[in-house]
Amino acid sequence: MTASTTHRAVRPPAAFSPRLTAATAGRVLRQLRHDHRTVAMMLVLPSALLGLLYLIWRDQPTPPGQPSTFDTVGLAMLAVFPFVVMFLVTSIAMLRERTSGTLERLLTTPLSRLDLLLGYGLAFGAAAAVQAVVTVAVATGGYGLDVAGPLWVVVVIAVVDAVLGVALGLLASAFARSEFQAVQFMPLVVLPQFFLCGLLVARDQMAGWLQVVGDVLPLTWAVDALQRVGASRTPDGRLWVDVAIVAGAALLALGLGAGTLRRRTG
Amino acid sequence: MDSTPAVQVADLVVDRGSARVLDGLTFDVPAGRVTGLLGPSGSGKTTLMRAVVGVQRVRSGRVTVLGAPAGSPVLRSRIGYVTQAPSVYGDLTVRENVRYFATLFGLGATAADAALAEVGLAAAAGQLTGDLSGGQRGRVSLACALVARPDLLVLDEPTVGLDPVLRAELWQRFADLARAGTTLLVSSHVMDEARRCDRLLLLRGGLLLADSTPAQLRAESGTDDLEEAFLRLVRAREEVPA
Repeated sequence: MTASTTHRAVRPPAAFSPRLTAATAGRVLRQLRHDHRTVAMMLVLPSALLGLLYLIWRDQPTPPGQPSTFDTVGLAMLAVFPFVVMFLVTSIAMLRERTSGTLERLLTTPLSRLDLLLGYGLAFGAAAAVQAVVTVAVATGGYGLDVAGPLWVVVVIAVVDAVLGVALGLLASAFARSEFQAVQFMPLVVLPQFFLCGLLVARDQMAGWLQVVGDVLPLTWAVDALQRVGASRTPDGRLWVDVAIVAGAALLALGLGAGTLRRRTG
Repeated sequence: MDSTPAVQVADLVVDRGSARVLDGLTFDVPAGRVTGLLGPSGSGKTTLMRAVVGVQRVRSGRVTVLGAPAGSPVLRSRIGYVTQAPSVYGDLTVRENVRYFATLFGLGATAADAALAEVGLAAAAGQLTGDLSGGQRGRVSLACALVARPDLLVLDEPTVGLDPVLRAELWQRFADLARAGTTLLVSSHVMDEARRCDRLLLLRGGLLLADSTPAQLRAESGTDDLEEAFLRLVRAREEVPA
């Protein structure tokens, strides 16, 4: 034994370490903190875009007994914004880890792949929570968005949706060689989900096979959850089934993403 | 001092695509010494280091590191790897980078500050890493490996882009670490750095040209100039038909 091999116990690292996960989440948030413009855009952009939607529909008459278009679309956008933003931010951040060599380096340390992925999920999930609180506050307070159910449920749905964006972003980054490719995964992953979620055309008016495709796309369930909380003061259990489906899809994507983090490469 | 080699490589073959990058290498890296891995660009130095660290897909052969197969989970807390391009976060400060890597090895802020002082960057601790020069970023990357006080340090061209004073300081630091028991495997394409190593591995075209010491190499080739010694080895090898 040399002097230096005795200074600490040598044991294989755990598959999951809360301490290393927290350290990684902290590191990701610190990176974000140094990028003031990104933080500002994360917080302001969704509210500003919702404001634009509000202005577009403000003078349109609403048929009696029906929710206004802004109430329907604006509410659904609360699921779309965090999903899109976190998907983009995560796929670029992870692509940078892959291309800068930091990922390869991390994989030679005691940090497990699960720690890394959960660290990202935690950090951007927290960022999404702040974003959701700001957006929901501005939408309901400033634009008069009408939500019958409790607002905290809206925030929870937005955060779960953001985590889904993080998970899919991590996965997408494995298939992108450049940032040009990574940003183009955004329309590929987001727009079909947006088209089929029932916002543009009610789902029961679509062709059967389109409904089936929509059924397997997680954003459909996030939007469905938001519509339930928007329509009823006491949303039923179906709402939480929707949320569970979105969370399950996020976990599935995280698992697949872990599979793309290879310790040994050619 | 432990007499078991820190790294044992036997018949290592690595292919990249259809090209053979390492062609049946066999050698030992002695514990508690500075071993220099020298050779021109493209000779397979980085691939060999990646194989030792356990991130390289290997075609055949065996790489044993600190008594365990390369890439074993138990080795992750015992090896420090510094890639050729600085692998640190440009959007973190110097101190935040080193503290993050310290945390991954269960160490605190004191260890991080000590590692920063070792590479001469204590004064730049609060600066954003992306704003530093290439040489300084390389030193941040080195500090992130030194902080864990690993038993084996694998350094891929750590002195590229550094001024002569700093280069001399770092090589002195490597010698100090080796004296304290750390094993170092350091690659370089500058023959001038070969004389600072305890042992030398000369790599060319995926083949090991020499596994020797600077003194032995000088004696065998009949020149004091290690660059010249390397050239003579290459020529001698090429004269013998394969």
